[in-house]
Amino acid sequence: MTIPSTEPAPKGAVSQEWEMFVERGKIREFATAMQSDNPDYAGADAIVPPTFLITAAQWAPPGVRLTLGFERKRLLHGEQEYIFHGALPTAGDRLLARERVVDRFEKPGKKGGLMRFAVIATEFHSPEGELIAEARGTFIETAAKEGAK
Amino acid sequence: MTTTAPLVVGAQAEPRQFGPLTTQMFVRYSGASGDLNPMHYDDVLARAAGNPSVFSQGMHQSALLATFATDWLGARNVRRFGVRFREQVWPGDILTCTGEITGIDTAPDGTKVATVALTCTRQTGGIAISGTAEFGVTDA
Repeated sequence: MTIPSTEPAPKGAVSQEWEMFVERGKIREFATAMQSDNPDYAGADAIVPPTFLITAAQWAPPGVRLTLGFERKRLLHGEQEYIFHGALPTAGDRLLARERVVDRFEKPGKKGGLMRFAVIATEFHSPEGELIAEARGTFIETAAKEGAK
Repeated sequence: MTTTAPLVVGAQAEPRQFGPLTTQMFVRYSGASGDLNPMHYDDVLARAAGNPSVFSQGMHQSALLATFATDWLGARNVRRFGVRFREQVWPGDILTCTGEITGIDTAPDGTKVATVALTCTRQTGGIAISGTAEFGVTDA
C-alpha cells in the first residue's frame, strides 16, 4: 500500500517507486565535489562513489517521496548509511527507487519534551527486481522548547 | 593514494587532509548532490538563522571521507559506508581523515571483508563526523 504523501508516514510505509538513471556526467560532477581523481569514477564504466545515491532525490517526481512530518526548524540529520549488495551501480544503469519507513521511535529530550526519530531507507532495485543498494537516513526532531508551540 | 601496508586488524591508513574549505566547495557539493539548502551558500540567510556564516553540508564531509576511504581500500570494493554527524564545519576549516581496520571477517559467500573505523576531525580537534565501513578485500 502506498501512503498519501501529505500524511506523516508510519513505520512500514512504502513510497511510490521512481526511476533513477545513473549518469556518467553526474558521477564526474560528484567526484569533483568530493575532491576525488579516482579513475574508477571516470569514463564510460564509472561506478558510483559511496554517497552518490543521495542524488536519487533529484529524480523523484513531486509527491512521490514519504512525508516525515517533522518540524523543519527542529529537524536534524543524525546518521546516514549506504549498503551495496553486489557490484556497484555503474554509469548507464537504470534503478528503481522507493522509500520505506524502517523505524520510528521517541526518547525524552535532555531538557524535557520529546525527541522523535525516524529511520528512512531508500531501496534501489534493478529493473529485474534485484535489490542493488540501500540508503538509510536517521532523522531526529529535537524536543520543542518549553512553552513553544 | 592506496596504501601498501598489509590489511590486518589495527592497520591504519595514511591520514589525509582536506582544506582549508571554501564556500565554493560547499556550492560545488550543493550542485552535485542536489541539496540546495541555502544555509550552505547564502551567508545572509545563514546569519539570519543565527549562524556565524554558511557551513558545510554533513554529506559533503561524508563524501570527502568516502574519497579517503575508497582511495585506501578500493572504490569497487565498498559494501557499506555509514556516518554519524557530530559537529559543524565552517569555511576555513581543515579536515583530517583517518581510518583503521577494526575487523576482518569472512562473508557467507567466502570473501573476506574488512571493517574500518573512519574519522573526520576539524583542526580544533573536534570530530565533525565519525563512520564505519566495510570493504571486500582480496587477501588479508
